[in-house]
Amino acid sequence: MINVTNLRYSYSLAKQISFRDFYIQTGEHWLLLGESGSGKTTLLHLLGGLLTSQEGVIEVNKTNITKLSESSLDHFRGKHFGFVFQKNHLISALTVEKNLLMAPFLSGLKQDDERVTEVLEQLGLSSKRNSKIQELSQGQAQRVAIARAVLNRPSVILADEPTSALDDKSCDKVIGMLLDLASQNKFTLVIATHDKRLKDKFKNQLVLSQNS
Amino acid sequence: MSTISLVWNYLKAKPLTTILNIFLLALGIAVITILLLFSKQLEEKISRNTKGIDLVVGAKGSPLQLILCNIFHVDFPTGNIKLREAEQLSKHRLVKHAIPLALGDSYQNFRIVGTNLSYAELYHAELESGSWWSKDLEVVLGSTTARILKVKPGDSFASAHGLVKDGQAHEENRYVVKGILKPSNSIMDNLILTRVGSVWRVHEEHSEMSKEVPEKGIENPSTLVPSVAEGDSTREITSLLIKYRNPLAVIQLPRYINTQTNMQAASPAFETARLFSIVGVGVDALMGLAYVLIFISALSIFIALYNSLKERKYDLAIIRSMGASRSKLFFITIMEGTTLTLMGSVKGVVLGHVVLYLFTLLVEDSQKAGINALVFYPEEGLLLAGSIMLGIICSLIPAVQAYRTDIHKVLAGN
Repeated sequence: MINVTNLRYSYSLAKQISFRDFYIQTGEHWLLLGESGSGKTTLLHLLGGLLTSQEGVIEVNKTNITKLSESSLDHFRGKHFGFVFQKNHLISALTVEKNLLMAPFLSGLKQDDERVTEVLEQLGLSSKRNSKIQELSQGQAQRVAIARAVLNRPSVILADEPTSALDDKSCDKVIGMLLDLASQNKFTLVIATHDKRLKDKFKNQLVLSQNS
Repeated sequence: MSTISLVWNYLKAKPLTTILNIFLLALGIAVITILLLFSKQLEEKISRNTKGIDLVVGAKGSPLQLILCNIFHVDFPTGNIKLREAEQLSKHRLVKHAIPLALGDSYQNFRIVGTNLSYAELYHAELESGSWWSKDLEVVLGSTTARILKVKPGDSFASAHGLVKDGQAHEENRYVVKGILKPSNSIMDNLILTRVGSVWRVHEEHSEMSKEVPEKGIENPSTLVPSVAEGDSTREITSLLIKYRNPLAVIQLPRYINTQTNMQAASPAFETARLFSIVGVGVDALMGLAYVLIFISALSIFIALYNSLKERKYDLAIIRSMGASRSKLFFITIMEGTTLTLMGSVKGVVLGHVVLYLFTLLVEDSQKAGINALVFYPEEGLLLAGSIMLGIICSLIPAVQAYRTDIHKVLAGN
């Protein structure tokens, strides 16, 4: 599913980071661990095509995304990836439902109301469908962000510190749901985090260290 | 979801800013719309009313007054001219035809015009009901006159001296309404037409002048007023409306009249142009105010969009992470600006028409002037197109900023 070889990225002339080669199979759940500044976010953004101008090869679904033009990369990202960030980054001008529908709209897929109902149900948010974002708790908002990420049935979910802003209870709930969804929908899950609470839940772990 | 729905939700999320921006622009556009409707209709009105009249000849005085009085019927006569002199002039080789006017009285602010049927023909006026006059003291009413006075053929009334409601009434001679004209969208709509003889008769009774000669007794009737003999030395009229026979008359006839006779000639085209140059200053000042309003609203829209970029940088980044291209972000921002300006200008155009409509309902004089608020001009489409351009201009810089959003930096949080 994801195949990384000889990946290097230069922040500046002086500061360069190289990542070791790794391979993630379809449906596997991975944790990217490391201190802050170890390049977790950089690696995650490179995998998701949010960051370019790297050296090396990143293959996703047998496509070398480093060779795609910017607009094809945008398109590829919309189709194959779902993102979850530390902050939920929901669009506060829109309701929960409209936030979810942004995903199929922007990636050019069909906007399916039934799919929205299904995903909201899976995440226990059915009653919040027409709520404003400001009315949600942090845990609920993060679940809406997860709902948005999985709505298009992407093949890969990339999550950057999805739990570090949450308390223990919400953290358990959110990560539990994320894992359940991943198993049910058979998507590949990659989580970059320094959150120690997650360590025991994943057997595949990639530890990044400074200049790894 | 769609781009429009996204943009609309963004605008709804900040109702006060949105309303202020739309209102500012609508105000400016409304002022322009009102000025446009007003000046367009006034222009049309003037050109329709002066059509077929090359020269107005009357007593010496202000040429502008002569035009305002004898074509638009809004001012007082400059005085009288001798019928005999008018007759001689009407036979001049450069005059194609001449229409006599005898003014002086009015009824309920509507002017009574003593003339002949060629005056009505000049404006293609046709009867709606009743018939034309057959003897003195019979009148035919314009459509607006009849509507506001609520009279019908067979009614009678006493005229008042001058152009005011409460002028001295001529009770001895009552006018009888014979017919009512169809609307011709010209000055004809606001007049009361009669024979020149009627006007004389009403005033002769006053000054106890000689009794009227019976019509059949005239052997050599005047070409202008057939009820009196040619060369009558006592009768007077107010003015003569002249149509030139050929272009040579433009140069020769006014000079001849102004230097060789006791009368004065004034050109409607020249005098109305002069009038417009005086009124034009006021119109220009209002236009300037409208442009200032529009400029401020454009600036305000620009500032609103520019400020919201900072708050929206995460939205923009997340929108791109979901598959939107850079140009999509550019397009969304431009759409937001143009939606604002388009809504503002549509509201402005509607507001302009509504204000003018209320004005015509409340002010009777505006109805007399024939101002219609429910007419639309192609220039209004131009206003809407211009507002879209304005929207693009004031959202261009914010849109370029949105286009340049570095999603990695924003989402990585540094």
